[in-house]
Amino acid sequence: MIDTGNTGFVLLCAAFVFFMTPGLSLFYGGLVRRKNVVNTMMSSVFLIGVSIVLWVLFGYSLSFSGNIGGIIGNLDWFGMNGVGMEPGPYADSIPNLAFACFQMMFAIITPALITGATAGRMKFKAQFIFMILWSFIVYYPMAHMVWGQDGFLGTGFLHSVDFAGGNVVHISSGVSALVLCIILGKREGYEKQSYRTHNIPMVAFGAAVLLFGWFGFNAGSALAADGLAAHAFMTTAASCAAAIVTWMLMDVIISGKPTLIGAATGMVAGLVAITPGAGFVPVWSAVIIGALVSPLCYVMISFAKKKFGYDDALDAFGCHGIGGMWGGIATGLFGLSSINSVAEWDGLVFGDWHLFAAQVLSIVITIAVAIVGTLICVAITRLFTPLRVSQREERVGLDISEHNETAYPSFNGLD
Amino acid sequence: MIKIEAIVREDRFEDVKQALQDINVHGITVYQVMGCGTQKGYTEYVRGQKVDITMLPKIKFEIVVSTDAWAEKTMDAIQKAAYTGMPGDGKIFAYKLDNAMRIRTRETGPEAIQPRD
Repeated sequence: MIDTGNTGFVLLCAAFVFFMTPGLSLFYGGLVRRKNVVNTMMSSVFLIGVSIVLWVLFGYSLSFSGNIGGIIGNLDWFGMNGVGMEPGPYADSIPNLAFACFQMMFAIITPALITGATAGRMKFKAQFIFMILWSFIVYYPMAHMVWGQDGFLGTGFLHSVDFAGGNVVHISSGVSALVLCIILGKREGYEKQSYRTHNIPMVAFGAAVLLFGWFGFNAGSALAADGLAAHAFMTTAASCAAAIVTWMLMDVIISGKPTLIGAATGMVAGLVAITPGAGFVPVWSAVIIGALVSPLCYVMISFAKKKFGYDDALDAFGCHGIGGMWGGIATGLFGLSSINSVAEWDGLVFGDWHLFAAQVLSIVITIAVAIVGTLICVAITRLFTPLRVSQREERVGLDISEHNETAYPSFNGLD
Repeated sequence: MIKIEAIVREDRFEDVKQALQDINVHGITVYQVMGCGTQKGYTEYVRGQKVDITMLPKIKFEIVVSTDAWAEKTMDAIQKAAYTGMPGDGKIFAYKLDNAMRIRTRETGPEAIQPRD
């Protein structure tokens, strides 16, 4: 039975989530050097085109129609065939199409997150091919395994929980980003030249758009305009807020002054961390989850990245990979089946280890899928094109070399 | 004293800077400039409409050295570092300079541009 309130709410949330991708393009675009801003924003914008086309034709069906071995769906819903105005198997009060719309927006932003690690050196052609392959090899199977009917990580076998996409969205994209940036190699002059953020207000505004969209991302994942949606809304706000404060605190402790980029990064990290648990953990624990994610990500970005020497340009792994893993673990610590009965057990702090173990296992499996999937995608992409631009193209900047556009034609120079 | 002005490609900036450091020329001033010469510009398309970009971004170095020998050495280093063989590699100009003064010490002439402890 269609509920108009629920349908309206989910469609509106879908539009919120859609808005996150342009927001991400501002966030990433501001962070790069001026000569790469067009390419960096384009890396998100082209996915609005490609991912929606793929989703309508194959993606929704492969992710959510039927079940093949708990790994992937079938092609019964190819081209949205049979997906109509009546409720589908996933939510009984909204049209199947509304659920398909909502999920579609996740399929856009997830590959877009990866582009933060590859900024400033990956060929656009290679990125285009890679992202199409990645959608099929990593994203659709992940979405099915976690959220699909009898998915392997969800109801089918492991019974781990992921409210709004900690595994599906953040760990998968973060880990793939790490693998890809290691394969690509460092940007030229990495750690010798200054890679200064070219537009900090753009970063702050992009983060604000992400935050706004994230309320739809998490609250909408209740798939109904109900108490659980309100609960997810509040945990989202609490975690994000705590993470802003603790990132500022880390800034002050380590370098003496709080920074706007730091506050914006903390905001995003806090949102990532609460994503898997937004509809499972009590509100008070969201403050703890958010407060701890910033120090974790800060240490990864400031120290571990330097020590291991990989060039995760805009910290896609540092924020989304690490933040997502902490969020998944935290869900195993603080989850309560009385809040949402999808979780079959309570978390570790309430004395039951089952959920915690399932969460950790699901994270390990997600990491494995992302690593193997990315390696396969890279191998296939290399059949068509090198991954990286030439040295001269990198120095001139990808805006000119890949798109023949200049973001700020009145200025020229070295940054 | 001789002043050297070199206009080079943007993407050669780091190489030229390194080359100058390698021969112990440390006093450099760098400008971001626009210019044109033999090199053709490039074409941008804005929503499918052609826009010819004729003024190209270049980097200009300004360096003052004390003797002819140093000037030759400096020009040689810049030429090698900025060379690609394609039109658009740039130009190097050199001319005699009347005087200089170090603001901190009021030293004038070549002393003003020598490195000092």
